[in-house]
Amino acid sequence: MAQTNGSGSVPVLEAVDLTKHFTARRGVFGGDRGTVRAVDGISFKIERGKTLGIVGESGCGKTTTAKLVLGLEDPTGGSIRFDGRNLKTLDSAGRRAYRKSVQAVFQDPYASLNPRMRISAIITEPLVTNESLSRDQVRERVQELLDMVGLPARAADLFPHEFSGGQRQRIAIARALALSPKLIVLDEPVSALDVSIRAQILNLLRDLQERLGLAYLFIAHDLAAVAHMSHEIAVMYLGRIVEVGDAKPLALRPQHPYTEALFSAALPSHPDERRDEIIIAGEVPSPINPPSGCRFHPRCPQAIPRCSEEVPVLRETGGRRAACHLLDDAAAAGSIAAAAPAALAAVPGG
Amino acid sequence: MMAEAALLELDRLSTHYVSAQGTRVVRAVDEVSLRVHAGETLGIVGESGSGKSTLALTLLRVLPPAARIVSGRMMFEGEDLVTKTDEEMESIRGKRMAMVLQDPMASLNPLFTIGNQVAEPLRVHEGTPKAKAWERARELLKAVRIPSPEARVRQYPHEMSGGMRQRIVGAIGISCEPRLLIADEPTTSLDLTIQAQYLNLLRDLQKQHNLALIFITHNLGIVAKMCDQLAVMYAGRLVEFGPVSRIFNAPAHPYTRALLSSIPRMTEADQRLTAIEGQPPDLSSLPPGCSFAARCPQAMPQCREAAPPVFEPEAGRTARCWLADPYATAAAPRAVVGAA
Repeated sequence: MAQTNGSGSVPVLEAVDLTKHFTARRGVFGGDRGTVRAVDGISFKIERGKTLGIVGESGCGKTTTAKLVLGLEDPTGGSIRFDGRNLKTLDSAGRRAYRKSVQAVFQDPYASLNPRMRISAIITEPLVTNESLSRDQVRERVQELLDMVGLPARAADLFPHEFSGGQRQRIAIARALALSPKLIVLDEPVSALDVSIRAQILNLLRDLQERLGLAYLFIAHDLAAVAHMSHEIAVMYLGRIVEVGDAKPLALRPQHPYTEALFSAALPSHPDERRDEIIIAGEVPSPINPPSGCRFHPRCPQAIPRCSEEVPVLRETGGRRAACHLLDDAAAAGSIAAAAPAALAAVPGG
Repeated sequence: MMAEAALLELDRLSTHYVSAQGTRVVRAVDEVSLRVHAGETLGIVGESGSGKSTLALTLLRVLPPAARIVSGRMMFEGEDLVTKTDEEMESIRGKRMAMVLQDPMASLNPLFTIGNQVAEPLRVHEGTPKAKAWERARELLKAVRIPSPEARVRQYPHEMSGGMRQRIVGAIGISCEPRLLIADEPTTSLDLTIQAQYLNLLRDLQKQHNLALIFITHNLGIVAKMCDQLAVMYAGRLVEFGPVSRIFNAPAHPYTRALLSSIPRMTEADQRLTAIEGQPPDLSSLPPGCSFAARCPQAMPQCREAAPPVFEPEAGRTARCWLADPYATAAAPRAVVGAA
């Protein structure tokens, strides 16, 4: 399970210090300018055939991260490396190849499929624009893709309205697979679907990953679904990663106080399940003027004076990385999550 | 608790949608019987098209023109709501029972101040003078934990965050101290930590006012956290009803069992999910037998022929499934037929 460091192998995607700031205009005449720090210096990597899950509440920057990875937004700082190559240094052919290798499946299959196109045209649109294939080759590929996602061959000639939500999501997945990508960004792929259909789609995604060696960037607010699908999880708060590590240990024994609060707020899966609820007061502050120091400190139940003054950095602690001053401190470490072995190697100061 | 008369009791309640020509009938709610006691929380779960939202609209008698309550009784505090006139219902809605909807922006008027909207039910239903109603509005905002209510009453909905708006809708809901609050997917638009705050708030309000709560949701997690009783709907019918922990530990209906095993769990992340194959049926052309038979892993020949009646597998529980038939030779499937 431990695959944090791809020893030898190059990760499919690696983000280093990735930053995206937007300029926001405030005031009637737009004179008052502010900077929205949507994504503020995050680093992560996704290994071949693995899933990185990103969780966090609205405004944490998970959707902006997805857009940066998809090349829909250009970063204002930092870099993305794909197969070891920096995207910034790619020529137009290289960029084209990158766009083919990274595909997306979105939340709402009612909005993401053109109602006037037949399924065959929807699925093959990326093929037709990117590759020169003969008609027969295209038809063959459509059948192959439909088969992969568990739809009957006759689906090719139908229109989107003739399908249910779950089937539409299968069509969206087939379209994403058309160009044989290496990485698929899954942005809330099951939250618009009915409960009994979600398991079908999650199982399909896992099967496809195993079969095709796909890497996934999985974004969802259903924590149990993320824990189920992901090998690694990154927890974001106001544009920063506060904790990242192997999925199961992170979900079961969070170390950062925010991760702890977030996972304790997740709904139980059984009425007899009893756990300590940490209700954090207040709401996520605006990313235009994020709090000083640790951005979580105004809501953190365990904040100390240092938290408002100094920005904590991600440090190795108990098999994963977390950004919290309390974890630096041997004395405080015991008071955090039970399984926090004092990570004393940490260098104080930022 | 059981001996006490129920606050709300539905008896074979059916609401159908009829097309303009009368040729198509959609049995959105079909012969539903259930009970809610004062201070109790009932969760009604089902997928889209299961009839759970139509059931909520039926309870408040705010159905669209095409829908009719075709049969059954709806006893609320000893009175049958089905026989009430529209005028009589107006004095019950918002006063004795209230509803909280999924999208707070759809329930709040953007042109009126918060104070105005929270005070409105009091002024309409109880004729409270304006100053007093506003005074009460400030108290209610405080009760739903809105910071600085004195300033907030003068603000408009767009000046609030999503979580605050949802709490304001909750304040409006409880303003006349209703006996029953119906919440239709009240937290789907909220973030996790805000959802936890809101659910705890509802629970506190319930305790203070001995409120009966009905949660209409597709989220079994909300049921596990909040509810005492659970009603599972499938294709317009109530397929299972009973105490939450009994149903979670030993579901009587195969649909409930399948639903419970299809949700991912934090602790069992490695296991493959048990998916329910197929789709729910079309409500305007239901199959002759049990409507879940086509997807049911335990379907028997009789399931496809005759719709199962309501069985009582144990006291306080009901299930619409032939497997729950106490007169059948064994509860185990006799002849398992491969699912279609």
